Amino acid sequence: MADLSLDTSGVTASPRGRRVRGYWANVWNRLRYDYVTLFFLTLIILIILTVIFAPWLAPLDPNKSSMAYRLKPVFYKQFMLGTDEQGRDILSRLIYGGRTSLMMGILPVVFATMIGGFFGVLAGYAGGKLNMVIMRSMDVFFAFPSVLLAVAISGSLGGGLINQLITLTVVLTPPLCRVAETSTSQIRSMDFVDAARASGASTLSIIFRHVLINVVSPVFVYASTLISASILLASGLSFLGLGVSPPTPDWGLMLSTLRQSIYVQPLVCALPGVAILITSIAFNLVSDGLRQAMDVKA
Amino acid sequence: MWLYAARRLLMTIPIGLGVTIICFTLIYLAPGDPVQSLLPPDATASDVAMLRAAYGLDKPIPIQYLIWLGHAVTGDLGTSIQTQRPVLEEVTRALSNTISIAVISTVLAFAIALTLGVIAAYRSGGIVDRIATGVAVLGISVPSFWLGVVLVIIFAVELGWLPATGMGSDGSENFSFLHWDQAKYAILPIVTMTLTPLGIIMRTTRSSIAEVLAQDFIQTLRAKGLGKLAIMRHAIWNAMPQILAMLGLQLGYLIGGSILIETIFTWPGTGFLLNKAILTRDIPLLQGTILVLALAFVAINLLVDLVQTVVDPRIKRA
Amino acid sequence: MSTATTTERRFQTVPPGDPNDRGGKAQPMLIVENLRKYFPIHAGALNRRVAEVKAVDGVSFAVLKGETLGIVGESGCGKSTLARLLMHLLPKDAGDLIFDGETVGPGSTLSLKDLRRNLQMVFQDSYSSLNPRLPVEESIAYGPRVHGASRSQAKKTARELLDKVGLRPDLFGARYPHELSGGQKQRVNIARALALNPRMLILDEAVSALDKSVEAQVLNLLGYLKRHFNLTYLFISHDLHVVQYISDRVLVMYLGQIVEIGPVDAIYNRPKHPYTRALLNSRLSMNPNERVETAPLVGDPPNPINPPSGCRFRTRCPHAEAVCETRMPSLGRSTDRAAHLAACHMEDPASGHSLAGPPATSLPPVQIRQ
Repeated sequence: MADLSLDTSGVTASPRGRRVRGYWANVWNRLRYDYVTLFFLTLIILIILTVIFAPWLAPLDPNKSSMAYRLKPVFYKQFMLGTDEQGRDILSRLIYGGRTSLMMGILPVVFATMIGGFFGVLAGYAGGKLNMVIMRSMDVFFAFPSVLLAVAISGSLGGGLINQLITLTVVLTPPLCRVAETSTSQIRSMDFVDAARASGASTLSIIFRHVLINVVSPVFVYASTLISASILLASGLSFLGLGVSPPTPDWGLMLSTLRQSIYVQPLVCALPGVAILITSIAFNLVSDGLRQAMDVKA
Repeated sequence: MWLYAARRLLMTIPIGLGVTIICFTLIYLAPGDPVQSLLPPDATASDVAMLRAAYGLDKPIPIQYLIWLGHAVTGDLGTSIQTQRPVLEEVTRALSNTISIAVISTVLAFAIALTLGVIAAYRSGGIVDRIATGVAVLGISVPSFWLGVVLVIIFAVELGWLPATGMGSDGSENFSFLHWDQAKYAILPIVTMTLTPLGIIMRTTRSSIAEVLAQDFIQTLRAKGLGKLAIMRHAIWNAMPQILAMLGLQLGYLIGGSILIETIFTWPGTGFLLNKAILTRDIPLLQGTILVLALAFVAINLLVDLVQTVVDPRIKRA
Repeated sequence: MSTATTTERRFQTVPPGDPNDRGGKAQPMLIVENLRKYFPIHAGALNRRVAEVKAVDGVSFAVLKGETLGIVGESGCGKSTLARLLMHLLPKDAGDLIFDGETVGPGSTLSLKDLRRNLQMVFQDSYSSLNPRLPVEESIAYGPRVHGASRSQAKKTARELLDKVGLRPDLFGARYPHELSGGQKQRVNIARALALNPRMLILDEAVSALDKSVEAQVLNLLGYLKRHFNLTYLFISHDLHVVQYISDRVLVMYLGQIVEIGPVDAIYNRPKHPYTRALLNSRLSMNPNERVETAPLVGDPPNPINPPSGCRFRTRCPHAEAVCETRMPSLGRSTDRAAHLAACHMEDPASGHSLAGPPATSLPPVQIRQ
């Protein structure tokens, strides 16, 4: 039996029986009309699918070199985008190279989110001395510009795929940790966390049930902006010879080796960079759009 | 104010120390024994041990760190293995080359970004706004090393107006900004360097000014009858601290991260030096360069913080 | 909202046979003994502790079973800190908290988790009192789940409680906080507090953020729930009218200390402490002929970091004398539930204050405001 002075605002049933939408449904609803973001999101999905199905989509063998067909221009016979200085098909090498570049863009961000997120939430929730220790340690890494840090670690560890992955993860962890920490401390100071503590919940339960769902979205949005930076850093490192070693196709590496030949076939030599540019722009615009869709109070 | 400055300086010291620790330990990440690589393969064990002792590599690592730190503080960063010249000398010479183009790029980026950003915020949604947003996206997405290659292709290969690489026709000895013959070597590097900071500063300018314009006191000014131009002046002045902070940060990034651009243009700055040191495994040079660049970045950040407290009265100087 | 001036209100005692009652009818639900909480302030180049904010400084009182104890005071008097201390959300520096005859914590019969089942808090309706990412029934169901209820059971409890507070569960259960009005959010807050079936509720500024009409509805709801669930309330507010409406006894706080405590009508009609008198005199009247021309209380409250020596109110008290500077007046104790005590030297004949003497003749009567 309810109190007679019932709060009746909003009790009138809507004619279509409107179901309450969840948070992500609202985000999707806003994204639906953002055509720019949708276009680039489709582009990214296409790129990812292309590189996954590289063996079926690449017209020729990316490693098959041929002295007769060195540095041919675009649309030369079967070489749609020309050939490189060893006579290999550029298009196929771009498609296969995309595997390395995309992997170097996405994987380090994923790892850095997990590691940085863990430490950030820990520091944000615990506060006090633990917070200080963790954040000051991260601050030391912040004292390096990212390119310098990447080059320094990479230069010391040596080249290779695994080392590049480690380098990029280390470079990307401090910013993610900081974002996670800021977000978590903000949530920590809110009354509903106190209410959860007042119900006798353990710290772990509160973090998983109440804190994480609020922290996930700002961290996720920030992580998505880091993907393009990671791709750029990775290709920069490969360009300097600190990434995968030849003959593995990689966009940055291709740019580096083709650089010698810009006087012969300038257009062809610029192509790997175009691939990097387009992918980077796509990720940037999509993460921007995502941020706008998630920013407004759902 | 000076008390605050002193306190900030004090807080920077632990970070500076942390930076030195990282610079020092990086070398130990390297696979392989640094001493072995210096000797011919038929060296005897006693030779190895002797060389190790000579370099001080037989002492425990923390001791080595302290010795190295002690030397570094007095300015002795060791001797480059390749050129046999003192590291500090090499680095300072290269640093001046890097700073010259970095500063010019930053100033250029700031000027263009501020103008475009203000116009974009003033006529929000207009054509300048769209161009500005496009440039901003390009700035943060473009790989700088690729842009350099493209510019070289256009201006050096196809058109032949500007030289492709180098700093002056006689190496960097005769370089001077005052003579076109020499100065033209700097144009492409500067243009390449400008784009990314341009994009970032423009974005920051636009969003800062938009943020300020959305505040209540702007409405008060409009209600008092202030013209749009005067309101923009107020908005710019209020947004300045954030913009200046980003400016300083970008300058720091340019100085510390110049390796890619300098490699493309063979510009003999600290980035180029770094590249050379990595390729030749010149450990003292590598350590020294990284240390100087990192500390320069820390110093620039500190400066930006202090300028912020002067410019932004909201920051407590407690 | 009527104020009963002619008849003194009686306490609503707990009906006999309350199954959760462990201490018995005479045992106060909550005894607070000399509670102290200081917040350190760090400053200077090395961030050393330079001073302390004496937020709660030696507070002692009891909450009787079945009553509503109102706590009034201005901003900064320490009432919110007190609420959090009682809920064990902040660690105390000194003092004892005894719930239904048992102390709380390790080495005692009442664990902290068990205390949580008995004592809950309703927060002020700010945007942060409910998790913006959880539907409200999940927020309410969280408490029972923590204590072992199954998912469906907890949800059932949540929906029943929503119904009890006047929100239709099928319409409001799956909603998010941003889809509710202020009054609705506050009902959810109350439902959440009731989810663990507590015996006592602390309401910290629970109606302060609501419009007046909604406030009335929520106050009526609180009254209904108290009778229905046999609850004891600790009602904290800065709004004198609301506290008068809902409370059985009232406690007045100033700068971290209790200055007066007693039955609501005694406090509002015959206040003893000069601060209480000034506070009551500053209420505005609905009658335009009774305007308050001069402020009864001048100046800002002094700094809680460096409170005045002796009686903390002496810097603003019209009756301050030398003894007020040297000795801190004590509230006194009494075994009588209806005791009306004030921490003022004028109430203590042995203090040496010139106006100290039999209470009836010491101060002029207070104007009664409707």
